[in-house]
Amino acid sequence: MTFEWSAIWAAMPDLLDGTLMTIQITLLGLIGGTVIGALSGVVTTYVRVPVTWRSAILSVIGVVVIYWILQLAFWLGDGILGGVPDWAWWIMRLAILALLVWRFHAWIPLALSFVAQVYVLVIRGTPIVVQVMFIYFALPLIVGLRIDGFSAAVFTLMINSGAYIAEIVRGGLQSVPKGLHEAGQAMGLPFHKILLHIIGPVALRRMIPTMGNQCIISLKDSSLFIVIGVAELTRQGQEIIAGNFRAVEIWGAVAVIYLILTGFIALVLKFIEHRTRIV
Amino acid sequence: MSIVEFKNVTKRFGDNVVLDGIDLAIEPGEVVVVVGPSGSGKSTFLRCINVLETIQGGDIVVNGQSVRGTPAQVRELRREAGMVFQQFNLFPQLTALENVMFGPVHARGMPRARADELARSLLSKVGLAERAGHYPGQLSGGQQQRVAIARALAIKPLLMLFDEPTSALDPELRHEVLRVMQDVAEEGMTMIVVTHEMEFARKVGSRLIFMDQGKIAEDGEPQALLSNPPTQRLKDFLQHVA
Repeated sequence: MTFEWSAIWAAMPDLLDGTLMTIQITLLGLIGGTVIGALSGVVTTYVRVPVTWRSAILSVIGVVVIYWILQLAFWLGDGILGGVPDWAWWIMRLAILALLVWRFHAWIPLALSFVAQVYVLVIRGTPIVVQVMFIYFALPLIVGLRIDGFSAAVFTLMINSGAYIAEIVRGGLQSVPKGLHEAGQAMGLPFHKILLHIIGPVALRRMIPTMGNQCIISLKDSSLFIVIGVAELTRQGQEIIAGNFRAVEIWGAVAVIYLILTGFIALVLKFIEHRTRIV
Repeated sequence: MSIVEFKNVTKRFGDNVVLDGIDLAIEPGEVVVVVGPSGSGKSTFLRCINVLETIQGGDIVVNGQSVRGTPAQVRELRREAGMVFQQFNLFPQLTALENVMFGPVHARGMPRARADELARSLLSKVGLAERAGHYPGQLSGGQQQRVAIARALAIKPLLMLFDEPTSALDPELRHEVLRVMQDVAEEGMTMIVVTHEMEFARKVGSRLIFMDQGKIAEDGEPQALLSNPPTQRLKDFLQHVA
């Protein structure tokens, strides 16, 4: 066979469109994932709740009870006072929710930690292709909310990378010597300052290599969103080939573009790592 | 008024009783040296004072504030009790100067310019003015511990707690740390020092406490206790350390 450079040049505009889409999905997904992951990681590190059958059953019962309390309030009110506008019901429900939060606020960190652990368990335990299909095809059937492919892709990458980043964050925080925490405590600092000014900066430096890993993995994982037809790089490549059958040239070009993107991430991380190295 | 008061304090780790009904009052200006065999509870004794360990029975009152107070009260208490650790525990991402500035800025809300000034004067006091820009990893153990002492002093505590400050140091680095501790003591700071340095106890200490099996076995004048141990237990212990 002959290698047709012209096939690549002709496909370049479409490939660049796909590249841009891939970058957008990855960037937004990772930003969201970092936020979710940081919150989950912190809460699971500092609030220890073993995920057991007992706690699982108790929490399911809790959620169901709260749901029924809210429903009951609605039915009771609706039966006695007909024709009250919707917003009034929402205010009442929010008030009941606020009351529950106020009454059980000591349990909230435990509940959050439990939810975060279950989240990591579920997301890390299922393939990303299944996750995006579920969000794109199954979610509309369950809650009647139809989202476009791009949003589904970004959302999937957010919750997917978030689960892994949660564990990266947890590992980073746990790797910081306990003595630093105590040094902060001994100065009379509140927990959030210890986390923000002492443990956070140290953990962040230790997390750089693994976070780099996750960025690269998430970028490559975005190629799997081909299954919902989002016009990211891999999808674009496939569509071009469907028209010109130049598999070698196009897949070669697609691979090189991914390599450039991941190489760029690796370079940036090396730079950051070098700049923040503790001497 | 006593600055630290132990009232029948009990501390357990599970079934293991570490502090067994401790009663003690420490007055301002005292330099209390706490010695004892490992596992006698002397480190725990120290860590209970600034609530790094919680007690199960009794009460400790530091400068009128109980260790059983609210989190905010406990933080207030901790600001009056500067702590120096065996492993230094300097913040590795900050320079020596930034380490010393950290407490004044974040715990006391001091403006950075004033904290900088204070930190520089404390660093020169511990003999490390020219090391201000160095990171902990670039300093020797003795230098790190001196920075740690400056860092604890920077929050202007009423008393200082030392948890085996020289135990992680090579013998030739110990004297520089002990020298700084002596300077601090001579300025009238109330100090509680857990250590194996009998020489320091003899020279600087105003009171010696010998702990054994979670109890205060001896409490008195360091010179007298060390040169003429009243019990066989203390005699045995001193022979092992010397």
